[in-house]
Amino acid sequence: MVERRPFLDFVGHAVLVLGVLVVAFPVYVAFIASTLSLDEALSVPMQLTPGHHLLENYARVLAHGSALGSSAPVSRMLLNSLVMALAISVGKITISILSAFAIVYFRFPLRRTFFWMIFVTLMLPVEVRILPTYKVVAELHMIDTYAGLTIPLIASATATFLFRQFFLTVPEELAEAARMDGAGPMRFFKDVLLPLSRTNIAALFVIMFIYGWNQYLWPLLVTTHEDMYTTVIGIKRMIPGGDAATEWNLVMATAMLAMIPPALIVIVMQRWFVKGLVDSEK
Amino acid sequence: MKRAVFGSRGLPYALLAPQMAVTLVFFFWPAFQAIYQSTLLQDVFASHVQFVGLENFRDLFADPLYLASIKVTALFSVLVAGFGLAIALILAVFADRVVHGAAIYKTLLIWPYAVAPAVAGILWLFLLSPSLGILAHVLTRMGYDWNYLVHPKQALLLVVVAAVWKQISYNFLFFLAGLQSIPKSLIEAAAIDGAGPLRRFWTIVMPLLSPTSFFLLVVNIVYAFFDTFAIVDAATHGGPGQATDILVFKVYQDGMQAGDLGGSAAQSVILMTIVIVLTVIQFRYIEKKVRY
Repeated sequence: MVERRPFLDFVGHAVLVLGVLVVAFPVYVAFIASTLSLDEALSVPMQLTPGHHLLENYARVLAHGSALGSSAPVSRMLLNSLVMALAISVGKITISILSAFAIVYFRFPLRRTFFWMIFVTLMLPVEVRILPTYKVVAELHMIDTYAGLTIPLIASATATFLFRQFFLTVPEELAEAARMDGAGPMRFFKDVLLPLSRTNIAALFVIMFIYGWNQYLWPLLVTTHEDMYTTVIGIKRMIPGGDAATEWNLVMATAMLAMIPPALIVIVMQRWFVKGLVDSEK
Repeated sequence: MKRAVFGSRGLPYALLAPQMAVTLVFFFWPAFQAIYQSTLLQDVFASHVQFVGLENFRDLFADPLYLASIKVTALFSVLVAGFGLAIALILAVFADRVVHGAAIYKTLLIWPYAVAPAVAGILWLFLLSPSLGILAHVLTRMGYDWNYLVHPKQALLLVVVAAVWKQISYNFLFFLAGLQSIPKSLIEAAAIDGAGPLRRFWTIVMPLLSPTSFFLLVVNIVYAFFDTFAIVDAATHGGPGQATDILVFKVYQDGMQAGDLGGSAAQSVILMTIVIVLTVIQFRYIEKKVRY
């Protein structure tokens, strides 16, 4: 701090507290709604203190879903979300670290071409090639499969660039030494490069896990069967349209369940999360 | 550039193979298909296919619905980027200033990043639903005619609020990192010369923060263009009328639901062009930043 200005300090704390409260408010209301009975949740105005149906609501959505909307059990959806988030994050990291290794540590024909091909994928988010990508997946019979949910999303230019940047900072002597000791490239990769990349892998994992968990458009297209819904899609399907037909207390319980895992990861792994976010935008 | 260390013929190709396979099958091929189909006229069952050149594009730009969607998207991204950046900057400036509790504020402000856009849309839908939303109730009590199902501007406001709410944490983190990298000695020197906090902010902090702000502006526009599909689909479905029918939502609706293949493909090509322009801008900026 440059100088003492008690009034500004006060304003600062006031603004920040207000910000925190405004940011938290929608989630607080969602939590309250998830502890109420349907009648209580639909009464106007809804109460703002927790009700007595917390366990009942959560147990119900986990086991049976919402009777009025989609009736698939949310436990199954959470499993699907988890599989999707893990497959995407592990898959992205694996294929990216391998291609970055190839691009940095080898000289071979077409190296630059490959590099640019990976770069161009930055410019082709799913949203702009919805229909044709869906067709490819349909023709490969990957609709309603985990493969269809995850594989089209695991090519990542961002992760490849991040590992490439990092490998370029690894001292060349390490590779020289490894080679002189008779280690082949894969041995060097496994025993030297992988351990050195641990922080980067952790940081990317956090970002990619959240990315995978929160996917919406892609699972919306690729899943037609309730058993394959992810949690985020499941919430949407629980709202058939019209307020009266929606069991808002159960929808909000499901929304809480959809938010808790990624939010916990952000908070618990905050250091890696911030690193991953900042690094992956370089 | 690093020297090549390992000599091996097949290995690098094998290492690149998985990424290349996914990229070719799920990125390049569909993108190529989109470009190809944007020049064709065909019905849903693909029984009549006819090459029409740029006609799909001409039709699009003559279509008042598409032009309206462009307008909505432009307004939407300006609002999302504007409010998202302004609010995050204010919070970051104060978080950078407080001595006690900065870490706690940071933790309490960054978690919405983890909330899925679709869930953000549903949370705000629940708060602002005309018949039972708690905020809608407050607004109605204050004599305001709140019903976003009827009033187009209110629907747009709903998706803007949800989109901004979700994006503040991201902008906040980058602004805070930017603020913390400004040398304290500069601020102190200005203070000794008698510049007050506001003056220091406008003459020192803002200029030094401009690379971060510009970067965030591009990221936020990309976010508003593409990542908000889920918010719109979950909260308003593009309506009422066309009030929240942003371009990404229109591609999806025209292609997946209305079955207009050529028109949807042409829209995809236009969106691709937009992403390419934004990516190029972003990378040119990064080159500049190195010199900064």
